[in-house]
Amino acid sequence: MSVTKPDPETDLRRARLSTLARAPADRLCALFAAYAPQSPAHDLLRPPEIGTVMVRGRAGASGAPFNLGEMTVTRCSVRLASGAVGHGHVQGRAHAAARTAALIDALCQDGQGTAIEAAILTPLRAEAEAARAARATRAAATRVEFFTMVRGDNA
Amino acid sequence: MYVAVKGGERAIDNAHAWLAEERRGDPGVAELGIAQIREQLALAVARVMAEGSLYDPDLAALAIKQARGDLIEAVFLIRAYRTTLPRFGAARPVDTGAMACDRRISATFKDLPGGQILGPTFDYTHRLLDFALAADGMAPPDAPQSEASAGAMAHVTEFLAREGLIQPEAQGSATPRDLTREPLDFPADRPLRLQALARGDEGFVLSMAYSTQRGYGRTHPFVGELRIGTVAVEMDIPELGFAIELGEVVVTECETVNQFTGSRTEPPQFTRGYGLVFGQSERKAISMALVDRALRWEELGEDNVGAPAQDTEFVLYHADNVQATGFLEHIKLPHYVDFQSELELIRRLRAEAIAGQAREAAE
Repeated sequence: MSVTKPDPETDLRRARLSTLARAPADRLCALFAAYAPQSPAHDLLRPPEIGTVMVRGRAGASGAPFNLGEMTVTRCSVRLASGAVGHGHVQGRAHAAARTAALIDALCQDGQGTAIEAAILTPLRAEAEAARAARATRAAATRVEFFTMVRGDNA
Repeated sequence: MYVAVKGGERAIDNAHAWLAEERRGDPGVAELGIAQIREQLALAVARVMAEGSLYDPDLAALAIKQARGDLIEAVFLIRAYRTTLPRFGAARPVDTGAMACDRRISATFKDLPGGQILGPTFDYTHRLLDFALAADGMAPPDAPQSEASAGAMAHVTEFLAREGLIQPEAQGSATPRDLTREPLDFPADRPLRLQALARGDEGFVLSMAYSTQRGYGRTHPFVGELRIGTVAVEMDIPELGFAIELGEVVVTECETVNQFTGSRTEPPQFTRGYGLVFGQSERKAISMALVDRALRWEELGEDNVGAPAQDTEFVLYHADNVQATGFLEHIKLPHYVDFQSELELIRRLRAEAIAGQAREAAE
Protein backbone atom coordinates (compact mmCIF):
# COMPACT_ATOMS: atom_id res chain seq x y z
CA MET A 1 0.00 0.00 0.00
CA SER A 2 1.36 3.36 -0.99
CA VAL A 3 -1.22 5.26 1.09
CA THR A 4 -0.24 5.18 4.73
CA LYS A 5 -2.20 7.88 6.54
CA PRO A 6 -5.97 7.66 6.63
CA ASP A 7 -7.61 10.10 4.27
CA PRO A 8 -11.41 10.44 4.20
CA GLU A 9 -11.44 11.44 0.51
CA THR A 10 -9.46 8.35 -0.43
CA ASP A 11 -11.63 6.11 1.73
CA LEU A 12 -14.74 7.49 0.06
CA ARG A 13 -13.29 6.97 -3.40
CA ARG A 14 -12.07 3.48 -2.56
CA ALA A 15 -15.53 2.52 -1.31
CA ARG A 16 -17.17 4.07 -4.37
CA LEU A 17 -14.91 2.32 -6.88
CA SER A 18 -15.34 -0.99 -5.06
CA THR A 19 -19.12 -0.68 -5.25
CA LEU A 20 -18.99 0.22 -8.94
CA ALA A 21 -16.66 -2.73 -9.71
CA ARG A 22 -19.10 -5.23 -8.19
CA ALA A 23 -22.31 -3.71 -9.56
CA PRO A 24 -24.30 -5.62 -12.20
CA ALA A 25 -23.28 -3.98 -15.51
CA ASP A 26 -26.80 -3.30 -16.79
CA ARG A 27 -27.92 -1.81 -13.52
CA LEU A 28 -24.88 0.47 -13.32
CA CYS A 29 -25.43 1.78 -16.85
CA ALA A 30 -29.18 2.27 -16.26
CA LEU A 31 -28.64 4.26 -13.04
CA PHE A 32 -26.04 6.44 -14.75
CA ALA A 33 -28.30 7.05 -17.76
CA ALA A 34 -31.03 8.19 -15.37
CA TYR A 35 -28.58 10.48 -13.54
CA ALA A 36 -26.95 11.94 -16.66
CA PRO A 37 -29.23 11.47 -19.72
CA GLN A 38 -26.61 13.36 -21.78
CA SER A 39 -23.34 11.53 -21.18
CA PRO A 40 -20.74 14.20 -20.29
CA ALA A 41 -18.14 15.02 -22.96
CA HIS A 42 -14.89 13.22 -22.29
CA ASP A 43 -11.65 11.92 -23.79
CA LEU A 44 -10.72 8.29 -23.45
CA LEU A 45 -7.31 8.18 -21.81
CA ARG A 46 -7.58 4.41 -21.92
CA PRO A 47 -10.40 2.93 -23.99
CA PRO A 48 -12.33 0.10 -22.33
CA GLU A 49 -10.02 -2.90 -22.19
CA ILE A 50 -10.78 -6.47 -21.15
CA GLY A 51 -8.10 -8.33 -19.25
CA THR A 52 -7.55 -10.57 -16.28
CA VAL A 53 -6.39 -10.32 -12.71
CA MET A 54 -4.71 -13.24 -10.99
CA VAL A 55 -6.70 -14.23 -7.91
CA ARG A 56 -4.59 -15.59 -5.07
CA GLY A 57 -5.24 -17.66 -1.99
CA ARG A 58 -3.05 -18.54 0.97
CA ALA A 59 -1.90 -22.04 1.91
CA GLY A 60 -3.97 -23.00 4.94
CA ALA A 61 -5.86 -19.68 4.60
CA SER A 62 -3.07 -17.88 6.47
CA GLY A 63 0.22 -18.98 4.91
CA ALA A 64 2.14 -18.53 1.67
CA PRO A 65 0.23 -16.93 -1.22
CA PHE A 66 -0.48 -19.10 -4.27
CA ASN A 67 -2.11 -18.47 -7.64
CA LEU A 68 -5.67 -19.76 -7.65
CA GLY A 69 -6.69 -18.64 -11.14
CA GLU A 70 -7.58 -15.49 -13.01
CA MET A 71 -10.80 -13.51 -13.27
CA THR A 72 -11.96 -11.21 -16.05
CA VAL A 73 -11.89 -7.46 -15.46
CA THR A 74 -12.64 -4.51 -17.75
CA ARG A 75 -10.96 -1.16 -17.13
CA CYS A 76 -11.24 2.30 -18.64
CA SER A 77 -9.86 5.79 -17.95
CA VAL A 78 -11.48 9.07 -19.02
CA ARG A 79 -10.79 12.81 -18.78
CA LEU A 80 -13.62 15.32 -18.67
CA ALA A 81 -13.47 18.73 -20.36
CA SER A 82 -12.74 20.19 -16.89
CA GLY A 83 -9.58 18.07 -16.72
CA ALA A 84 -10.96 15.70 -14.06
CA VAL A 85 -9.68 12.16 -14.58
CA GLY A 86 -11.61 9.01 -13.69
CA HIS A 87 -10.58 5.36 -13.54
CA GLY A 88 -13.14 2.60 -13.81
CA HIS A 89 -12.71 -1.12 -13.16
CA VAL A 90 -15.53 -3.65 -13.30
CA GLN A 91 -15.63 -7.41 -12.92
CA GLY A 92 -16.30 -9.38 -16.08
CA ARG A 93 -16.34 -8.30 -19.72
CA ALA A 94 -18.33 -5.08 -19.82
CA HIS A 95 -17.05 -2.18 -21.92
CA ALA A 96 -19.99 0.14 -21.25
CA ALA A 97 -19.93 -0.49 -17.50
CA ALA A 98 -16.17 0.19 -17.26
CA ARG A 99 -16.59 3.46 -19.14
CA THR A 100 -19.55 4.39 -16.94
CA ALA A 101 -17.56 3.63 -13.79
CA ALA A 102 -14.71 5.84 -15.08
CA LEU A 103 -17.13 8.68 -15.85
CA ILE A 104 -18.68 8.41 -12.41
CA ASP A 105 -15.23 8.50 -10.80
CA ALA A 106 -14.31 11.58 -12.85
CA LEU A 107 -17.57 13.39 -12.09
CA CYS A 108 -17.02 12.73 -8.38
CA GLN A 109 -13.59 14.41 -8.65
CA ASP A 110 -15.47 17.29 -10.29
CA GLY A 111 -17.76 18.19 -7.40
CA GLN A 112 -20.70 15.91 -8.15
CA GLY A 113 -19.81 13.38 -5.47
CA THR A 114 -22.76 14.05 -3.17
CA ALA A 115 -25.35 13.93 -5.95
CA ILE A 116 -23.84 10.77 -7.42
CA GLU A 117 -23.64 9.07 -4.04
CA ALA A 118 -27.38 9.64 -3.63
CA ALA A 119 -28.43 8.80 -7.19
CA ILE A 120 -26.17 5.85 -8.00
CA LEU A 121 -24.07 4.56 -5.11
CA THR A 122 -26.79 4.43 -2.46
CA PRO A 123 -29.18 2.28 -4.56
CA LEU A 124 -26.31 0.02 -5.71
CA ARG A 125 -25.21 -0.55 -2.10
CA ALA A 126 -28.76 -1.22 -0.99
CA GLU A 127 -29.27 -3.76 -3.77
CA ALA A 128 -25.94 -5.49 -3.05
CA GLU A 129 -26.82 -5.65 0.64
CA ALA A 130 -30.27 -7.08 -0.16
CA ALA A 131 -28.70 -9.77 -2.36
CA ARG A 132 -26.17 -10.60 0.35
CA ALA A 133 -28.85 -10.74 3.03
CA ALA A 134 -31.06 -12.97 0.87
CA ARG A 135 -28.29 -15.59 0.85
CA ALA A 136 -27.24 -15.06 4.47
CA THR A 137 -30.77 -15.59 5.79
CA ARG A 138 -31.22 -18.73 3.70
CA ALA A 139 -27.88 -20.01 4.98
CA ALA A 140 -28.92 -19.22 8.56
CA ALA A 141 -32.06 -21.32 8.10
CA THR A 142 -29.84 -24.34 7.33
CA ARG A 143 -27.91 -23.99 10.58
CA VAL A 144 -28.02 -27.22 12.54
CA GLU A 145 -29.62 -27.13 15.98
CA PHE A 146 -28.25 -30.12 17.85
CA PHE A 147 -30.28 -31.66 20.59
CA THR A 148 -29.35 -34.47 22.90
CA MET A 149 -31.35 -37.67 22.68
CA VAL A 150 -32.71 -38.59 26.10
CA ARG A 151 -32.04 -42.25 26.76
CA GLY A 152 -35.07 -44.27 27.61
CA ASP A 153 -34.79 -45.03 31.32
CA ASN A 154 -35.93 -48.23 32.90
CA ALA A 155 -37.74 -46.70 35.85
CA MET B 1 11.67 -38.54 -44.50
CA TYR B 2 8.85 -36.09 -43.90
CA VAL B 3 6.08 -36.05 -46.47
CA ALA B 4 3.54 -33.25 -46.28
CA VAL B 5 0.07 -34.27 -47.29
CA LYS B 6 -2.61 -31.78 -48.18
CA GLY B 7 -6.28 -32.38 -48.58
CA GLY B 8 -9.53 -32.87 -46.82
CA GLU B 9 -10.47 -29.18 -46.61
CA ARG B 10 -13.95 -29.76 -47.93
CA ALA B 11 -14.46 -32.80 -45.69
CA ILE B 12 -13.37 -30.72 -42.68
CA ASP B 13 -15.69 -27.83 -43.55
CA ASN B 14 -18.58 -30.19 -43.98
CA ALA B 15 -17.75 -31.96 -40.71
CA HIS B 16 -17.83 -28.59 -38.90
CA ALA B 17 -21.16 -27.71 -40.49
CA TRP B 18 -22.61 -31.00 -39.33
CA LEU B 19 -21.12 -30.46 -35.87
CA ALA B 20 -22.98 -27.14 -35.64
CA GLU B 21 -26.20 -28.89 -36.61
CA GLU B 22 -25.66 -31.67 -34.10
CA ARG B 23 -24.81 -29.13 -31.39
CA ARG B 24 -28.18 -27.51 -31.95
CA GLY B 25 -29.94 -30.87 -31.85
CA ASP B 26 -33.60 -31.13 -32.75
CA PRO B 27 -34.69 -27.65 -33.90
CA GLY B 28 -38.13 -28.45 -32.52
CA VAL B 29 -36.64 -28.26 -29.02
CA ALA B 30 -35.98 -24.77 -27.58
CA GLU B 31 -32.34 -23.64 -27.78
CA LEU B 32 -30.36 -23.36 -24.54
CA GLY B 33 -29.45 -19.82 -23.54
CA ILE B 34 -26.13 -18.91 -21.89
CA ALA B 35 -28.00 -17.54 -18.89
CA GLN B 36 -29.88 -20.84 -18.52
CA ILE B 37 -26.61 -22.77 -18.41
CA ARG B 38 -25.07 -20.26 -15.98
CA GLU B 39 -28.04 -20.37 -13.62
CA GLN B 40 -29.21 -23.98 -13.90
CA LEU B 41 -25.98 -25.90 -14.58
CA ALA B 42 -24.03 -23.85 -12.05
CA LEU B 43 -21.84 -26.71 -10.84
CA ALA B 44 -20.72 -27.55 -14.38
CA VAL B 45 -19.94 -23.85 -14.83
CA ALA B 46 -17.96 -23.92 -11.57
CA ARG B 47 -15.91 -26.87 -12.72
CA VAL B 48 -15.07 -25.24 -16.05
CA MET B 49 -14.01 -22.04 -14.27
CA ALA B 50 -11.87 -23.94 -11.76
CA GLU B 51 -10.05 -26.13 -14.27
CA GLY B 52 -10.03 -23.43 -16.94
CA SER B 53 -8.38 -21.15 -14.33
CA LEU B 54 -10.63 -18.25 -15.29
CA TYR B 55 -13.49 -16.95 -13.18
CA ASP B 56 -16.21 -15.75 -15.55
CA PRO B 57 -19.53 -17.63 -15.30
CA ASP B 58 -20.86 -16.32 -18.63
CA LEU B 59 -17.77 -17.40 -20.54
CA ALA B 60 -17.79 -20.81 -18.88
CA ALA B 61 -21.47 -21.23 -19.79
CA LEU B 62 -20.71 -20.30 -23.40
CA ALA B 63 -17.87 -22.82 -23.48
CA ILE B 64 -20.17 -25.55 -22.15
CA LYS B 65 -22.71 -24.77 -24.86
CA GLN B 66 -20.06 -24.73 -27.59
CA ALA B 67 -18.54 -27.99 -26.30
CA ARG B 68 -21.95 -29.68 -26.26
CA GLY B 69 -21.55 -30.34 -22.56
CA ASP B 70 -18.06 -31.91 -22.85
CA LEU B 71 -16.53 -30.22 -19.81
CA ILE B 72 -12.90 -30.95 -20.66
CA GLU B 73 -13.43 -29.50 -24.14
CA ALA B 74 -15.04 -26.49 -22.43
CA VAL B 75 -12.01 -26.12 -20.12
CA PHE B 76 -9.80 -26.22 -23.23
CA LEU B 77 -11.85 -23.40 -24.83
CA ILE B 78 -11.55 -21.27 -21.69
CA ARG B 79 -7.79 -21.85 -21.42
CA ALA B 80 -7.36 -20.87 -25.07
CA TYR B 81 -9.43 -17.71 -24.61
CA ARG B 82 -7.53 -16.76 -21.46
CA THR B 83 -4.25 -16.66 -23.35
CA THR B 84 -5.64 -13.89 -25.58
CA LEU B 85 -6.21 -11.52 -22.64
CA PRO B 86 -3.66 -9.16 -21.10
CA ARG B 87 -3.12 -9.62 -17.39
CA PHE B 88 -3.55 -6.38 -15.45
CA GLY B 89 -1.88 -7.69 -12.33
CA ALA B 90 -2.29 -9.88 -9.32
CA ALA B 91 -4.82 -9.40 -6.55
CA ARG B 92 -4.06 -9.56 -2.86
CA PRO B 93 -4.68 -13.04 -1.45
CA VAL B 94 -8.39 -13.47 -0.74
CA ASP B 95 -9.41 -13.43 2.92
CA THR B 96 -11.47 -16.59 3.35
CA GLY B 97 -11.98 -15.74 7.04
CA ALA B 98 -14.20 -12.86 5.84
CA MET B 99 -16.18 -15.14 3.50
CA ALA B 100 -19.94 -14.65 3.21
CA CYS B 101 -20.64 -18.34 3.79
CA ASP B 102 -23.42 -20.25 2.03
CA ARG B 103 -22.17 -23.39 3.72
CA ARG B 104 -19.80 -24.03 6.56
CA ILE B 105 -19.39 -27.34 8.32
CA SER B 106 -16.82 -28.97 10.55
CA ALA B 107 -16.33 -32.67 11.09
CA THR B 108 -14.14 -32.04 14.14
CA PHE B 109 -16.12 -29.65 16.32
CA LYS B 110 -19.87 -30.05 16.72
CA ASP B 111 -20.49 -26.77 18.54
CA LEU B 112 -18.16 -24.42 16.78
CA PRO B 113 -18.80 -20.65 16.99
CA GLY B 114 -21.03 -19.67 14.06
CA GLY B 115 -22.48 -23.15 13.94
CA GLN B 116 -22.80 -25.86 11.33
CA ILE B 117 -24.45 -24.35 8.26
CA LEU B 118 -25.50 -26.92 5.70
CA GLY B 119 -26.22 -24.62 2.75
CA PRO B 120 -27.67 -25.87 -0.55
CA THR B 121 -26.17 -29.35 -0.29
CA PHE B 122 -26.89 -32.69 -1.97
CA ASP B 123 -25.96 -34.39 1.33
CA TYR B 124 -28.97 -36.02 3.02
CA THR B 125 -30.90 -36.21 -0.27
CA HIS B 126 -32.01 -39.74 -1.05
CA ARG B 127 -30.53 -39.80 -4.54
CA LEU B 128 -33.88 -40.78 -6.00
CA LEU B 129 -34.67 -39.33 -9.40
CA ASP B 130 -37.11 -36.46 -9.00
CA PHE B 131 -39.58 -36.75 -11.84
CA ALA B 132 -41.21 -33.48 -10.79
CA LEU B 133 -38.18 -31.80 -12.42
CA ALA B 134 -39.16 -33.35 -15.74
CA ALA B 135 -42.36 -31.28 -15.71
CA ASP B 136 -42.03 -27.74 -17.05
CA GLY B 137 -42.94 -24.61 -15.15
CA MET B 138 -42.56 -25.97 -11.64
CA ALA B 139 -41.22 -23.16 -9.46
CA PRO B 140 -39.71 -24.45 -6.21
CA PRO B 141 -41.24 -23.11 -2.98
CA ASP B 142 -39.29 -20.26 -1.37
CA ALA B 143 -36.47 -21.50 0.83
CA PRO B 144 -37.03 -20.71 4.52
CA GLN B 145 -35.07 -17.83 6.00
CA SER B 146 -33.78 -17.10 9.48
CA GLU B 147 -32.04 -14.17 11.00
CA ALA B 148 -28.36 -14.28 10.13
CA SER B 149 -25.72 -13.56 12.75
CA ALA B 150 -23.56 -10.61 11.80
CA GLY B 151 -19.81 -10.78 11.53
CA ALA B 152 -17.25 -13.08 10.00
CA MET B 153 -16.86 -16.69 11.06
CA ALA B 154 -13.46 -17.62 12.40
CA HIS B 155 -11.68 -20.66 10.94
CA VAL B 156 -11.69 -23.80 13.06
CA THR B 157 -7.93 -24.07 12.70
CA GLU B 158 -7.62 -20.72 14.51
CA PHE B 159 -9.03 -22.31 17.66
CA LEU B 160 -6.44 -25.08 17.43
CA ALA B 161 -3.69 -22.58 16.63
CA ARG B 162 -4.51 -20.54 19.72
CA GLU B 163 -3.55 -23.54 21.86
CA GLY B 164 -0.54 -24.31 19.69
CA LEU B 165 -2.11 -27.63 18.72
CA ILE B 166 -1.66 -27.20 14.96
CA GLN B 167 1.37 -26.30 12.89
CA PRO B 168 1.45 -22.62 11.93
CA GLU B 169 1.66 -21.94 8.18
CA ALA B 170 4.94 -20.69 6.72
CA GLN B 171 4.59 -17.23 5.17
CA GLY B 172 6.43 -17.81 1.88
CA SER B 173 7.14 -15.35 -0.92
CA ALA B 174 4.75 -12.49 -1.73
CA THR B 175 4.99 -13.39 -5.42
CA PRO B 176 4.33 -17.11 -5.86
CA ARG B 177 5.61 -18.99 -8.89
CA ASP B 178 3.03 -19.19 -11.66
CA LEU B 179 2.88 -22.28 -13.84
CA THR B 180 0.84 -20.44 -16.45
CA ARG B 181 3.80 -18.11 -16.99
CA GLU B 182 6.81 -20.40 -16.60
CA PRO B 183 7.24 -24.10 -17.33
CA LEU B 184 6.51 -26.48 -14.48
CA ASP B 185 9.88 -27.00 -12.81
CA PHE B 186 10.95 -29.24 -9.96
CA PRO B 187 11.33 -29.16 -7.02
CA ALA B 188 7.85 -27.62 -6.88
CA ASP B 189 7.20 -25.64 -3.71
CA ARG B 190 3.83 -25.78 -1.98
CA PRO B 191 2.34 -22.65 -3.62
CA LEU B 192 3.12 -24.08 -7.06
CA ARG B 193 1.64 -27.46 -6.10
CA LEU B 194 -1.52 -25.78 -4.81
CA GLN B 195 -1.90 -23.88 -8.10
CA ALA B 196 -1.53 -27.10 -10.09
CA LEU B 197 -4.05 -28.92 -7.89
CA ALA B 198 -6.54 -26.03 -7.98
CA ARG B 199 -6.67 -26.25 -11.79
CA GLY B 200 -6.16 -30.01 -11.94
CA ASP B 201 -8.74 -32.44 -13.22
CA GLU B 202 -11.37 -33.14 -10.59
CA GLY B 203 -11.46 -36.86 -11.35
CA PHE B 204 -7.69 -37.20 -11.19
CA VAL B 205 -7.34 -35.26 -7.93
CA LEU B 206 -10.26 -37.23 -6.46
CA SER B 207 -8.65 -40.56 -7.33
CA MET B 208 -5.28 -39.50 -5.94
CA ALA B 209 -6.97 -38.40 -2.69
CA TYR B 210 -8.97 -41.63 -2.54
CA SER B 211 -5.79 -43.66 -2.96
CA THR B 212 -4.35 -42.04 0.20
CA GLN B 213 -7.50 -42.98 2.12
CA ARG B 214 -7.16 -46.57 0.94
CA GLY B 215 -3.64 -46.79 2.27
CA TYR B 216 -1.32 -45.55 -0.48
CA GLY B 217 0.24 -42.80 1.63
CA ARG B 218 -2.27 -42.52 4.43
CA THR B 219 -2.52 -39.07 6.10
CA HIS B 220 -5.34 -39.57 8.66
CA PRO B 221 -7.38 -36.53 7.63
CA PHE B 222 -10.26 -34.92 9.45
CA VAL B 223 -12.23 -32.22 7.67
CA GLY B 224 -11.56 -29.45 10.16
CA GLU B 225 -13.67 -27.15 8.08
CA LEU B 226 -15.37 -26.92 4.74
CA ARG B 227 -16.82 -23.60 3.62
CA ILE B 228 -18.42 -22.32 0.44
CA GLY B 229 -19.19 -18.68 -0.16
CA THR B 230 -18.24 -15.35 -1.61
CA VAL B 231 -14.97 -13.51 -1.05
CA ALA B 232 -13.95 -10.07 -2.29
CA VAL B 233 -11.01 -9.74 -4.69
CA GLU B 234 -8.91 -6.69 -3.90
CA MET B 235 -6.05 -5.30 -5.97
CA ASP B 236 -3.68 -2.34 -5.68
CA ILE B 237 -4.31 -0.02 -8.61
CA PRO B 238 -1.13 1.90 -9.50
CA GLU B 239 -2.90 4.87 -11.13
CA LEU B 240 -5.01 5.33 -7.99
CA GLY B 241 -2.31 4.67 -5.42
CA PHE B 242 -4.58 2.48 -3.31
CA ALA B 243 -6.39 -0.85 -3.42
CA ILE B 244 -10.00 -1.34 -4.48
CA GLU B 245 -12.26 -4.35 -4.64
CA LEU B 246 -12.45 -5.48 -8.26
CA GLY B 247 -15.23 -7.95 -7.70
CA GLU B 248 -16.08 -11.10 -5.84
CA VAL B 249 -15.71 -14.80 -6.48
CA VAL B 250 -17.42 -17.87 -5.07
CA VAL B 251 -14.88 -20.34 -3.72
CA THR B 252 -14.89 -23.63 -1.83
CA GLU B 253 -12.29 -24.08 0.87
CA CYS B 254 -11.32 -27.22 2.77
CA GLU B 255 -8.93 -27.35 5.69
CA THR B 256 -7.97 -30.77 6.91
CA VAL B 257 -6.48 -31.53 10.30
CA ASN B 258 -4.07 -34.43 10.04
CA GLN B 259 -1.93 -36.51 12.31
CA PHE B 260 0.93 -35.26 14.21
CA THR B 261 4.41 -34.24 13.72
CA GLY B 262 6.82 -33.50 16.52
CA SER B 263 10.43 -33.79 17.51
CA ARG B 264 12.73 -33.66 20.51
CA THR B 265 12.39 -29.88 20.60
CA GLU B 266 8.81 -29.50 19.34
CA PRO B 267 5.88 -31.13 21.13
CA PRO B 268 3.43 -32.98 18.88
CA GLN B 269 1.14 -30.85 16.70
CA PHE B 270 -1.58 -31.51 14.18
CA THR B 271 -0.61 -30.88 10.56
CA ARG B 272 -2.66 -29.38 7.76
CA GLY B 273 -3.84 -29.98 4.23
CA TYR B 274 -5.48 -27.25 2.21
CA GLY B 275 -7.87 -27.05 -0.71
CA LEU B 276 -9.26 -23.96 -2.40
CA VAL B 277 -11.14 -23.92 -5.71
CA PHE B 278 -13.28 -21.54 -7.72
CA GLY B 279 -17.01 -22.13 -7.43
CA GLN B 280 -18.95 -24.65 -5.43
CA SER B 281 -17.05 -27.92 -5.53
CA GLU B 282 -16.44 -29.60 -2.22
CA ARG B 283 -15.45 -32.92 -3.80
CA LYS B 284 -12.57 -31.12 -5.49
CA ALA B 285 -11.66 -29.00 -2.44
CA ILE B 286 -11.50 -31.99 -0.07
CA SER B 287 -9.53 -34.00 -2.65
CA MET B 288 -7.09 -31.14 -3.09
CA ALA B 289 -6.54 -30.89 0.67
CA LEU B 290 -5.79 -34.60 0.95
CA VAL B 291 -3.35 -34.58 -1.96
CA ASP B 292 -1.72 -31.37 -0.69
CA ARG B 293 -1.15 -33.07 2.65
CA ALA B 294 0.22 -36.26 1.05
CA LEU B 295 2.69 -34.23 -1.04
CA ARG B 296 4.04 -32.56 2.13
CA TRP B 297 5.64 -35.79 3.38
CA GLU B 298 9.17 -34.52 2.92
CA GLU B 299 8.88 -31.20 4.77
CA LEU B 300 7.02 -32.98 7.60
CA GLY B 301 9.73 -35.62 7.91
CA GLU B 302 7.52 -38.56 6.95
CA ASP B 303 8.59 -41.69 5.12
CA ASN B 304 8.17 -41.91 1.38
CA VAL B 305 6.29 -45.18 1.10
CA GLY B 306 6.36 -44.97 -2.68
CA ALA B 307 2.68 -44.05 -2.91
CA PRO B 308 1.59 -42.32 -6.13
CA ALA B 309 0.07 -39.41 -4.14
CA GLN B 310 3.48 -38.74 -2.55
CA ASP B 311 5.18 -38.40 -5.93
CA THR B 312 5.11 -34.69 -6.77
CA GLU B 313 6.25 -35.13 -10.36
CA PHE B 314 3.72 -37.89 -11.01
CA VAL B 315 0.84 -35.89 -9.52
CA LEU B 316 1.70 -32.52 -11.07
CA TYR B 317 2.58 -33.86 -14.52
CA HIS B 318 -0.66 -35.81 -14.80
CA ALA B 319 -3.23 -33.54 -13.10
CA ASP B 320 -3.90 -31.27 -16.07
CA ASN B 321 -6.70 -32.62 -18.24
CA VAL B 322 -6.03 -30.26 -21.16
CA GLN B 323 -2.41 -31.37 -21.42
CA ALA B 324 -3.40 -35.00 -20.97
CA THR B 325 -6.15 -34.79 -23.58
CA GLY B 326 -3.89 -33.06 -26.07
CA PHE B 327 -1.23 -35.72 -25.87
CA LEU B 328 -3.67 -38.59 -25.69
CA GLU B 329 -5.83 -37.49 -28.58
CA HIS B 330 -3.01 -36.47 -30.88
CA ILE B 331 -2.46 -40.15 -31.68
CA LYS B 332 -5.73 -40.20 -33.61
CA LEU B 333 -4.37 -37.62 -36.06
CA PRO B 334 -2.71 -38.85 -39.27
CA HIS B 335 0.49 -40.80 -38.64
CA TYR B 336 0.56 -42.29 -42.15
CA VAL B 337 4.30 -41.95 -42.71
CA ASP B 338 5.30 -43.17 -39.22
CA PHE B 339 3.03 -46.13 -39.68
CA GLN B 340 4.33 -46.80 -43.21
CA SER B 341 7.83 -47.35 -41.83
CA GLU B 342 6.47 -49.69 -39.13
CA LEU B 343 4.60 -51.58 -41.82
CA GLU B 344 7.73 -52.02 -43.94
CA LEU B 345 9.69 -53.14 -40.90
CA ILE B 346 7.19 -55.78 -39.84
CA ARG B 347 6.91 -57.12 -43.40
CA ARG B 348 10.70 -57.49 -43.59
CA LEU B 349 10.88 -59.17 -40.14
CA ARG B 350 8.11 -61.55 -41.07
CA ALA B 351 9.75 -62.39 -44.41
CA GLU B 352 13.05 -63.10 -42.64
CA ALA B 353 11.37 -65.24 -40.00
CA ILE B 354 9.45 -67.26 -42.58
CA ALA B 355 12.58 -67.73 -44.66
CA GLY B 356 14.43 -68.88 -41.52
CA GLN B 357 11.73 -71.44 -40.71
CA ALA B 358 11.80 -72.73 -44.29
CA ARG B 359 15.60 -73.14 -44.09
CA GLU B 360 15.35 -75.08 -40.80
CA ALA B 361 12.64 -77.32 -42.28
CA ALA B 362 14.81 -78.02 -45.33
CA GLU B 363 17.81 -78.99 -43.12
